[in-house]
Amino acid sequence: MGKPQLIMTRHAAKDYKSSVKPIWCPGCGHFGVQAALFRALEHLDLPPEQVAVISGIGCSSRLPAYTECYGFHGIHGRALPLATGLKVARPELTVIVASGDGDAFSIGGNHFLHACRRNVDLTCIVMDNEVYGMTKGQPSPTTGPDWHSKLMPEGTGINPLRPLAVALASGAGFIARGFSGDPNGVAKLLVEAIQYPGFSLVQILSPCVTYRPEERHWKQQVHAIGMEPTTNPVEAGQRLFADDGLSTGVFYRAVLPGYPGTVRARSDDHLAAIEAELAL
Amino acid sequence: MITPISPAGTIAIAIVGSGGAGAITAGSLLLEAAGQFGWYGLMTRSVGPQIRGGEALAMVRLSSMPVLGHGDRFDVLLALDWCNADRFVDEVPLDADSLIIADAQAGDPPAAILASGARLVTVPLIDLADDIAEGRPNIVALGLLARLLTLPVKPLVALVGRVLNRKRLNPTYLQQALMAGHSAAAALDGSVRPPPLATDDGTRWLLTGNEAAALGALRGGVRFVAVYPITPATDLSEWLAPRLHQLGGHLIQAEDEIAALNMVLGAAYGGVPALTATSGPGLALMSETLGLAVASEIPAVVIDVMRGGPSTGIPTKSEQSDLNIALYGLHGDAPHLVLAPSSVNDCLVVTEWAVRLAEALQCPAIVLSDQFLGQSQAVCDRPPTEGASASPRLTARHGVSSYDRYAVTADGISPMALPGTAGGQYTADGLEHNAHGTPSSRAVDHRAQLDKRRDKLLRYDFGPDWIEVDGEGDLAVLTWGSAAAPTLEAATLARAQGLAVKVLVLKLLSPTQPARLERLLEGVRRLLVVEQTHSQQFYGYLRAHYTLPEAVRVLNQPGPLPIRPAAVLAQLLQWR
Repeated sequence: MGKPQLIMTRHAAKDYKSSVKPIWCPGCGHFGVQAALFRALEHLDLPPEQVAVISGIGCSSRLPAYTECYGFHGIHGRALPLATGLKVARPELTVIVASGDGDAFSIGGNHFLHACRRNVDLTCIVMDNEVYGMTKGQPSPTTGPDWHSKLMPEGTGINPLRPLAVALASGAGFIARGFSGDPNGVAKLLVEAIQYPGFSLVQILSPCVTYRPEERHWKQQVHAIGMEPTTNPVEAGQRLFADDGLSTGVFYRAVLPGYPGTVRARSDDHLAAIEAELAL
Repeated sequence: MITPISPAGTIAIAIVGSGGAGAITAGSLLLEAAGQFGWYGLMTRSVGPQIRGGEALAMVRLSSMPVLGHGDRFDVLLALDWCNADRFVDEVPLDADSLIIADAQAGDPPAAILASGARLVTVPLIDLADDIAEGRPNIVALGLLARLLTLPVKPLVALVGRVLNRKRLNPTYLQQALMAGHSAAAALDGSVRPPPLATDDGTRWLLTGNEAAALGALRGGVRFVAVYPITPATDLSEWLAPRLHQLGGHLIQAEDEIAALNMVLGAAYGGVPALTATSGPGLALMSETLGLAVASEIPAVVIDVMRGGPSTGIPTKSEQSDLNIALYGLHGDAPHLVLAPSSVNDCLVVTEWAVRLAEALQCPAIVLSDQFLGQSQAVCDRPPTEGASASPRLTARHGVSSYDRYAVTADGISPMALPGTAGGQYTADGLEHNAHGTPSSRAVDHRAQLDKRRDKLLRYDFGPDWIEVDGEGDLAVLTWGSAAAPTLEAATLARAQGLAVKVLVLKLLSPTQPARLERLLEGVRRLLVVEQTHSQQFYGYLRAHYTLPEAVRVLNQPGPLPIRPAAVLAQLLQWR
């Protein structure tokens, strides 16, 4: 046995990028999210094999295949429970969920509520473009009531969801928003979110240039929250309800008990005792 | 193969009462005491959906040989009250040789029960209980039944004290109540004939099918469980929860069944064998995720403790009607495993096998248990320590280069890299993909991966455990699951009448084994199919996948009543 070598390998952003060419439209906001994620992983210097990116279905959910990490591209809306199972079974891994506004808030809405409550140490990235892009332009839960589409020609007529307020009410401990046009800003948020010991939600405004070209203007409209994150849920609630949906930064960062509370070391020693219980 | 004995060697006792009266508790204690004394036995509970104030029935059958199911008649019906007993008339067949024991205070037995011609004996259970502090009629009744069965008193007192101590009942008062019943039974001495005791005194276990399945899962290596509560599968998960924790595993109560199975896939993707337990409505919700497990080649086990359907159906009663959804409920061409235990302790063996097969074949396995198997409690032989084997999951090593997760191999099984394995990074995908795992809609990739997922099941040698065979003859019965118990008993009775009957009990329902079944059916000219469904689902499945003899008859009956041995026997005798 030779002397163990101490090699300090720094991972570069490109080490996290796979050779699969994204099928996103030119100019899609999700490219910025991808770049930000790689920068965050580089900053954290996580070995790619220790990171798992889990997704459901939608343009956003294509992300795992574009990374050099472990990935699971599951079914529509179910990324959070998939990630929950992985993280609880393999707590040493860094588990990141890549989702969109339809995937996370509509078909996956129930899982979203309970992932916020459960507080498993996951980072949930929701790329929010206020539209179903992959199915070619239907309204999502965050779409405004007047947006016209083929499926809803008169608009939905219903108010958009406030996902960050829902997350707060559901018990999430880390709530932030970023803008994909600012990959460095998003990378900073993601570093903080991944380091947060519990469920962290990062909504990323990510324009759909094809079906919501007007979202290009988000670049001029987004603005920093301009306040330090609060640990007070009442204050966070006030901020989120006063918010215009375009402010970026960390709204809320609480100290919460993690899940699961206590873990025993895995051991089969007890199996014989369990079997003995069944003897007459 | 366990061959049940003829009814002459059994005794069957039913205890009925309104929910909360303690009929099930008394039945369960009676079974345990009888097991300690030296009988094999089975107790099945039949309850309504109400938590309190509904109806409850405990059906206990004891024998010198393992008891797989219930017979055609009951020797004794003891009523703690008659409040809702008429709902059980069909479940407790009585005849002129049967004995009804009831309290005169409880009023007259329902006319439908008296119509059996059974002898009615009144015992003042309520007054006897009232004379004792904390006295309960169900404990008085237990003392009475113990004497009727010639059970020794001392171990019974100890047993009842130990079990009910958890409910903080005073052991002195319990003993007094038991003895009150015991003394009151003096007048009944010799009125029933208990069967002989079992001749061998090997280690016996007392467990339900749900507990057996749960233990099979643990033996198979399951250390992650995610479930959503549903009758009649919840007690399986409740049994697992503290025991998984003791083994360093996890149980998550998920927000719904879809989440539960996705959590299972996440854990299994991470390398930890994982399972969920549900019933028909939950299995329906899991269909899409099962397809994901097929496409992404993730092992997962779903135990479906079947109940009457469709929709909410009859949640507390048994039926075999989830066969079709288990076999065909997935969209696309989605080969997967479907297995079925045929007795309470077989739930252990088959579930352990299912876990090992799912791991070896990297695909989902559905275990079709049912309410009868899951919630019946049996005194049985200690199950074998060595279950059916299968090689462990094939994983990829560290430092692999140019790794293709979905490489097409000779046996269809490709090494699976677990997260953390350097060089093995891949994206598991429900999208069709090429060998590397990259999404692809090319015809050649779709065909190659469909073939791979089919061939790994077709080329696998499942060994001898895929079917149970009992007896020989040109008249055969083909059945599965809990329908096996009355079938095997009927075959025993038929043989006693000189009829040669072969019984085949299918354990592995998917993938099908047509060539192997054909060999087993060689020389069989007449085939009777027995199943507990309304639409002959099992028969339809057999017709679709197997070559059957020319003469086929079907005995099918929906739940909630069990198929009786006499019904199967009548079919066999008619077909001599």
